Amino acid sequence: MGSITSPIREPLVTGNKTYGQITEDICAPTERAPSLAWVVAFMIANALAAIFLFASLWTVWQGIGTWDLNRTVGWGWDITNFVWWIGIGHAGTLISAILLLFRQKWRTGVNRAAEAMTIFAFVCAGQFLLIHMRRAWLAFFIFPYPNTRGPLWVNFNSPLLWDVFAISTYATVSILFWYVGLIPDLATVRDRARGFRKRIYGIFSFGWTGSAKHWQRWESLSLILAGLATPLVLSVHTIVSFDFATSVIPGWHTTIFPPYFVAGAIFSGFAMVQTLMIITRYALKLEDYITIGHIESMNKIILLTGTMVGVAYLTELFVAWYSGYIYEQFAFFNRAMGPYWFAYWAMMTCNLVTPQIFWWKKMRRNIYVTFIMSIFVNIGMWYERFVIIATTLARDYLPSSWSLYSPTWVEVGIFIGSIGLFFTLFLVFVRVAPVVAIAEIKHILKSSGDQYQEKNERYAEQKQFSEKN
Amino acid sequence: MAKSKNVLFGLYDDDDILVDAIKTAKNQKLDIMDVFTPFPVHGLDPALGLAESRLHIAGFVFGLIGAITAMGFMSWISVSDWPIIYGGKPYWAVPSFIPITFELTVLFSAVGMVIVFLTICGLGPGVSAKVLDPRITDDKFCLAFDVSNMEEDEQTGLRKFFEETGASEINSKTI
Repeated sequence: MGSITSPIREPLVTGNKTYGQITEDICAPTERAPSLAWVVAFMIANALAAIFLFASLWTVWQGIGTWDLNRTVGWGWDITNFVWWIGIGHAGTLISAILLLFRQKWRTGVNRAAEAMTIFAFVCAGQFLLIHMRRAWLAFFIFPYPNTRGPLWVNFNSPLLWDVFAISTYATVSILFWYVGLIPDLATVRDRARGFRKRIYGIFSFGWTGSAKHWQRWESLSLILAGLATPLVLSVHTIVSFDFATSVIPGWHTTIFPPYFVAGAIFSGFAMVQTLMIITRYALKLEDYITIGHIESMNKIILLTGTMVGVAYLTELFVAWYSGYIYEQFAFFNRAMGPYWFAYWAMMTCNLVTPQIFWWKKMRRNIYVTFIMSIFVNIGMWYERFVIIATTLARDYLPSSWSLYSPTWVEVGIFIGSIGLFFTLFLVFVRVAPVVAIAEIKHILKSSGDQYQEKNERYAEQKQFSEKN
Repeated sequence: MAKSKNVLFGLYDDDDILVDAIKTAKNQKLDIMDVFTPFPVHGLDPALGLAESRLHIAGFVFGLIGAITAMGFMSWISVSDWPIIYGGKPYWAVPSFIPITFELTVLFSAVGMVIVFLTICGLGPGVSAKVLDPRITDDKFCLAFDVSNMEEDEQTGLRKFFEETGASEINSKTI
């Protein structure tokens, strides 16, 4: 008998699965012809991705003047979208790294897809970084390389440069973590495949055999990568928040930003994981691996982080009033009552008020409620970034330079298109790789499979009995 | 290129049976070549007597290299190569350098460890897997013996061992 978990814990794998069935259930979606729903979804995602391509090429070709940015509002939808996507990416690493360190077994059902989501969210976020630099072909200027201008180096005191390192490190480590986890599962797909498919998966599975020593090193590597990724994920959004917090703009210049941004990132990331997983588990018939219990666990994190974000909003308001600093006070008054009041209240409603519904177990375990809430949170977190960026910039110290900002069709196109890009990548991923970590599910089967629940219970009773006597 | 081996292997249906079989093999002082499983089996390493992986040492060393590289590079640029005063801070503004030093520590450590992992395991793109049985990555648990230099009666003994420990199949293959 492997490890025994508490018999009162909910099973994480239902349907009386054997090892063979797990392989079959998870590999099958990559082996059969795509369903009509997939084809339709893929076409829509592709069409949106085409809009992204067109609108971003338009920006690069015509210049940044195609956006509605002006002298005061230097950041608009571009950085809003960038921070939104980066934030979404955080859930994947949280699930795979932090929950691994906390030995949360429910992570096995969702970690693969969440990590993939992280990477695709990064691809989208990276596009905004590139485009917003005005001359995307000179983007390499941000790296400190020996150049012919002196060499003139980048400014190591700037949070924007820290961001360059944080984002590129995070992207690299996420990809490594994800791929190392995929290797054994790709080997499973390889060993089931024939002909050309077998050769392709043979290349990508790196010659994995499942040797005991390899598994030992693989587990060791996963654990240390998790240990490294945990402070990394906290550092990335901390540094993103420094982009704002180290400036002297009222409403940005606050020490609450790092923890508040990190909580918000995890919050929005889990919402996106819910959106994706609820569709995926239904479409690929993975209800036995991504159970209501998994969804409930994620809803608990959404409730926790959402409330943390809410407390941060209220703290900001209190501190603005309590500081006695009129510019800070005005910044927050302006957010709630100024020209962008709708964005502020959308943010407050979607992030602070509506997630409180998850205090009720019945709501946490309701798929429809969860799905609607996940969309709400996605919208709310987008508005949060918009409120922080555009609202603040539109009302500067000098009333003479106040301005307003609304996006042009190009900016809207890039944003809507980036969602298409994200879904295109995700839809390709569910076709070519196992969306649930096969080896990890097998690893927890004997402690968390439903057919072992009774056995575990009996074992616990016996043990109690023998201890008594 | 290593010489090809004749491998005699038994396939078990369950990880618990496999771990018991390994313990029996260890008691009989049989020389196990390798064990192949579809997932990391709990309790396998102590049963096989595998020493703990030293991969974390590689992680530490690469991390240290990353930290020194980042701090050294930024210090050299800001103090010696092109000193510029930013915001009235000293040239050697250590607090400003900490985020990048941290990031590069993690980056070097992670990339280095993955490269070391792939190298010592002999894995990489294009490496062809020496698969004894395709079901090993599915639901079979494999215990393998190298019988290249073994007499016939010794091999018969191994077959008997497999039968006694509950192997569902016994096969041989040259890899």
